[in-house]
Amino acid sequence: MAESILSLDSKDKKNMPLEYTTEEGDLRIVGFWIFLAAELVLFGTLFASYLVMQSHTAGGPTARDLFKINPVMAETIILLVSSFTCGLGTLELRRHNTKGLIAWLVVTVILGFAFIGLEANEFYSYAVHEGAPISRSAFLSGFFILLGTHGAHVSLGIVWVTSIIIQLAQRGITAVTARKAFMVGLYWHFLDVVWIFIFTAVYLTGLVI
Amino acid sequence: MQNITNFLSHFFVTGDPMIYGADASIALASIGIVVVLTYFKKWKWLWDEWLTSVDHKRIGIMYIIAALLMLFRGGVDALMMRTQLALPNMHFLNAEHYNQVFTTHGTIMIIFVAMPFIFGLMNIAVPLQIGARDVAFPFLNALSFWLFFFGAMLFNLSFVIGGSPDAGWSSYAPFAGAELNPGVGQNYYLIGVQISGIGSLATGINFLVTILKMRAPGMTLFKMPMFTWSILITSVIVIFAFPAFTVALALMTIDRLFGAHFFTIAAGGSPMLWANLFWFWGHPEVYIVLLPVFGIFSEVIATFAHKTLFGYVVMVWSMIAISFLSFITWLHHFFTMGNTAPVNAFFSISTMLIAIPTGVKIFNWLFTLNRGRIEFTTPMLWALAFIPNFTIGGVTGVMLAMAPADYQYHNSYFLVAHFHSTLIAGTVFGIFCGLHYWWPKMFGYLLNEKLGKWSFWVFMISFNICFMPMYFLGLMGMTRRMYTYPAGLGWGPINFIITIGAFGMGLGFIIMALNIVWSAIHGKKDTTGDPWDGRTLEWSTASPAPEYNFAHIPTVSTRDAFEAMKEEKREGRTKPQLPFKPIHMPNNSGIPFIMGGFMFVAGFGFVFEWFWMGIPGLLGVVACMIARSFVYNDHHHIPADEIERIERAAGRLS
Amino acid sequence: MHENENQAIKQEHTGFPWKQVVGLILSLGLTFLALWVAIGLSLPVNVTLTIIVALAIFQAFIQLFMFMHVTEGTEPVHQIIGILFGIYVAFAVVAGSIWILAHVF
Ligand code: HEM
Ligand SMILES: [Cu+2]
Repeated sequence: MAESILSLDSKDKKNMPLEYTTEEGDLRIVGFWIFLAAELVLFGTLFASYLVMQSHTAGGPTARDLFKINPVMAETIILLVSSFTCGLGTLELRRHNTKGLIAWLVVTVILGFAFIGLEANEFYSYAVHEGAPISRSAFLSGFFILLGTHGAHVSLGIVWVTSIIIQLAQRGITAVTARKAFMVGLYWHFLDVVWIFIFTAVYLTGLVI
Repeated sequence: MQNITNFLSHFFVTGDPMIYGADASIALASIGIVVVLTYFKKWKWLWDEWLTSVDHKRIGIMYIIAALLMLFRGGVDALMMRTQLALPNMHFLNAEHYNQVFTTHGTIMIIFVAMPFIFGLMNIAVPLQIGARDVAFPFLNALSFWLFFFGAMLFNLSFVIGGSPDAGWSSYAPFAGAELNPGVGQNYYLIGVQISGIGSLATGINFLVTILKMRAPGMTLFKMPMFTWSILITSVIVIFAFPAFTVALALMTIDRLFGAHFFTIAAGGSPMLWANLFWFWGHPEVYIVLLPVFGIFSEVIATFAHKTLFGYVVMVWSMIAISFLSFITWLHHFFTMGNTAPVNAFFSISTMLIAIPTGVKIFNWLFTLNRGRIEFTTPMLWALAFIPNFTIGGVTGVMLAMAPADYQYHNSYFLVAHFHSTLIAGTVFGIFCGLHYWWPKMFGYLLNEKLGKWSFWVFMISFNICFMPMYFLGLMGMTRRMYTYPAGLGWGPINFIITIGAFGMGLGFIIMALNIVWSAIHGKKDTTGDPWDGRTLEWSTASPAPEYNFAHIPTVSTRDAFEAMKEEKREGRTKPQLPFKPIHMPNNSGIPFIMGGFMFVAGFGFVFEWFWMGIPGLLGVVACMIARSFVYNDHHHIPADEIERIERAAGRLS
Repeated sequence: MHENENQAIKQEHTGFPWKQVVGLILSLGLTFLALWVAIGLSLPVNVTLTIIVALAIFQAFIQLFMFMHVTEGTEPVHQIIGILFGIYVAFAVVAGSIWILAHVF
């Protein structure tokens, strides 16, 4: 057994889930958490910009003019459910059930596509039908960039989950693939958290003010 | 044909003899490098040993080389400005050029000198100080470096292709927006800095995890060397400050490229939002370039006073306090923006609060020196000079922190003097100090002390000749970013003295460069690995450290761990030699370099709004990420007998 | 370390996924509650905003604990402090920017 590059004293890892059993997995998961903490600030800054700009509509459409509650609720429910299916995937991971894990990840990806489709449709209808593209006002710039950044994250998430599905199919659940599957799950749930705030601070607030 | 010449004369910057000179020297230098590498058949060596390396020590060296080159460029910019200002009504630079030069000077000094130099030193020292074999994510570490490198190259390209940015290093809207600032210069700033900023964020995460998770057994947080502590706190600040900057830069890029209205005057945009977001990053950035050098000074002062650091715990807690406070003082950079009184009052108070933990440290160093057995080596001279010179910058900073008074000082030469007092007497003295201190660990020989002292005295005295008079010039009414001034205001003689000081600093830098060259040939070998009688673990391994850093991971029981080990040895308590075991090390990879290259291509495309080039560049980046995700075999073993061979060759086996 | 790979995973991972289902029901419930507070009731704007933001924060913590297992790992204190610091800085930038810019535009 080789001495590892890491000097971490091997704590009792017998009872830890598979993804924590290698030192590398342990390091990467902490690193990823820290990355997510940094993403909190990234989205915080986007929220700050949007909220400052919310009333700067420059005579163009306002939040109240644009937002419709039905499609927004559909997007929200889809994303919440996808977070749930992703959570079930992590559960199957813990049970070492490769098939179950892959199945739930596939469902999650499908829901992710549905979300992106709805969002793209919403953007399209604002920009083209309602005369409200990104260049119309500061409010719309803030709106499109905040939501677009979230949407871009979800799209990247779809690519990432897909790549992990392939790796799981090739290799089954090992310490390495377990770590990857767990991390992509964290990412997906995190995007759900961001959406909760978008739902509240953008849509609901926009309809109230 | 007409079209083509027209395009080319806009693509390449034309019409100025200085720029043709630069074109020629860049071309000659590039050809020279290619010829030398080809002649000596060094391409493969360069690729295998450096460009694909994931070894923190090599990455550190590459950071430092790049930062020194950038320091040269930033210094030439500074001397050009000082030449223009030496006398009233000079015609060396015109207004437009002066704007470009202070913009590139400021941006390069902060983003492409101070930060990478610090990243270089921490790459060299931190894993060694904590007894680790590398950082937590060696591949990511290489990627960070190449993102910084290609970001810096992109930014510098603006000088010869397309035109330099000219809106200041703070790039204030609305002047930096598309309407008032058409052309590509500002895009270079936004995208070049963005690319290297992504690398910085990754470095922050990497070092935070390294320090939290990879310390040698027994090294609890409060037994870590102070430099490592300073990097821990700096990493936290990097991690939480850079995302805000990423967003700010991206929003302005989107304004310029896609017609959004974040910072424009039209359609509801708010130029003040830019100032707000920029400084939300910008103030923490000040601590990012200061805390690490506080760490360096702490190490150097303790080493050459031959005492343990006074007030270790207080020092740690004051840095923790700074990490919180540094995120709630940003408004002091724009007290004069028309904020309400409660807002200005809050930020004025928080700014004065943050001065307290900073001031506390000065006393820690003084008490460490008190009754120490002080040895005046070159690194120690830089550290000692830092204390009074930096304190002047700190005191004038508190003067600026008083909002009503700042209405008077704001954007005058008083401010220019203040921030150079902190950035030069703090950051630059610190990186020079660290460079001399860790040089033997990096290369296995020492820099010459005599030349080192010459460069120190020349630089330090010139620094004072250059920047002390600026305070008075500011009080006499000269404002920042002025490209010339009329005679008869009484500013002429002072400006002339300042310029003399500036060239003196250039001379100091040249002596340092000479020292590097001279010592590379004649420098004293460091055969023990411990040339300074050091106190921390980096001195317990060979100089330069082997690839795996430590043949056996050390066990730590106190602060100043290596000092304690030497103490044990003096008392005759030696540990039995353990057998070597094979060591697991990460493989080199070309992906970080290639990914940086794609980023460069993408960045160049977006600078010119050539989406046919930008988008494929970005796809290349994503492809590299996916390719990396499918690499499973990324480690190798160094067998025990090879370790034994290396240790024996380094003279570390009895 | 390879012997761990086949180690049986603990009890809570067998049987019906209660944690996940409760998490889902709570998030959906809180979402509809927020919608109802915003659209269904007509409270003063400030009161409405306070309530819906509080509900959002509550829901975020559900994700964090029920789905993201933030308290898991060899040394979970690291990620917990990290997330808390992130929340602090995100709060500083949102609240600070609104406070500063509310009066200057
Ligand atoms: C040889 C040493 C140096 C000299 C002579 C020098 C001189 C100057 C001068 C003349 C200006 C322009 C003042 C104005 O017109 O407003 C300036 C600006 C600036 N310098 Fe330096 N400098 C030196 C080193 C540094 C270093 C080491 C740093 C940072 C690590 C630095 C950071 C800056 C910044 C941020 C600005 C502001 C640029 C702007 O207005 O956008 N300088 N410096
Ligand atoms: Cu500041």
